[in-house]
Amino acid sequence: MNKASAPAETTLTKTFEFSSSHRYFRAEWTQEENERVFGACARPNGHGHNYLLDVTVKGPVDPVTGMVVNIVDVKAVVEDVLDEFDHHHLNHDMPYFKDRVPTTENLAATLWDLIAPRLPAGSALDSVLLREDEDLAVEYRGGA
Amino acid sequence: MTGDGAGSVYLTRRYRFSATHRLYSDALSDAANREIYGKCANDNGHGHNYQVFITMAGPIDPVTGMCCDLDALDALVRERVIDRYDHRHLNLDVEDYVDLVPTGENIVRRIWDLLADAGPRTAAGGGQAASPRLHKVRLVETRDNAFEFTGGPSGP
Repeated sequence: MNKASAPAETTLTKTFEFSSSHRYFRAEWTQEENERVFGACARPNGHGHNYLLDVTVKGPVDPVTGMVVNIVDVKAVVEDVLDEFDHHHLNHDMPYFKDRVPTTENLAATLWDLIAPRLPAGSALDSVLLREDEDLAVEYRGGA
Repeated sequence: MTGDGAGSVYLTRRYRFSATHRLYSDALSDAANREIYGKCANDNGHGHNYQVFITMAGPIDPVTGMCCDLDALDALVRERVIDRYDHRHLNLDVEDYVDLVPTGENIVRRIWDLLADAGPRTAAGGGQAASPRLHKVRLVETRDNAFEFTGGPSGP
């Protein structure tokens, strides 16, 4: 039994899927410069992915419910956030990537910023792991 | 004998491409498009990591022990399909879908047509076995959606 003052934290991870298109592009660069840096990702009309997002929440296990958090509440928050992204174009359909390239890195941080403040009381966001495809993933854990 | 007969084996290889598409038909009203295609009709499109499973059928070459030259198949699929679709907007960048809605159904049939004459026999086999032929194309759009085509009359 752990000391009563510091109940052990447990993490819980739920996976979500969404489909979006994007383009890697800096407006202040020429098309040639963009393609030199970003390759095929800079093509004018963009391309797309099925993203998988692992949302990991941490907290003490409630002795009554046996849960860190009611997953139904987490699901509602994340699905509401992802509704803005799913079946949309990251560059054109939302405000987050007007001046930032919608890389997996930037997208993971954006999703963290949107999800973290909305989680139910008593739980905290531990990490978001964003998979662009089965070979590439970015993890973000927040920060000052 | 060219594939599919007695003694044929079936070899399946996976390929992948990432692309944007939008389900929208100019033959329908804007309202009808929204009703039929839902969020897939959103103005700026969305994207998928598509997986394409190509199945070739043919007899085993007695010399090589193989039914298909994988390097030759890879080169064909890359040249005819992957280079054509990968990191592109299917509606805007690919002539196949100028007048064709890029649904999974239409994409899988189009990929079949692009590869229908492929018959990469094993190079070292010296032609002792018949060439393999295309048996099936399976297009996986998401974890939950897949489409298959095994040939048949073309056209709508």
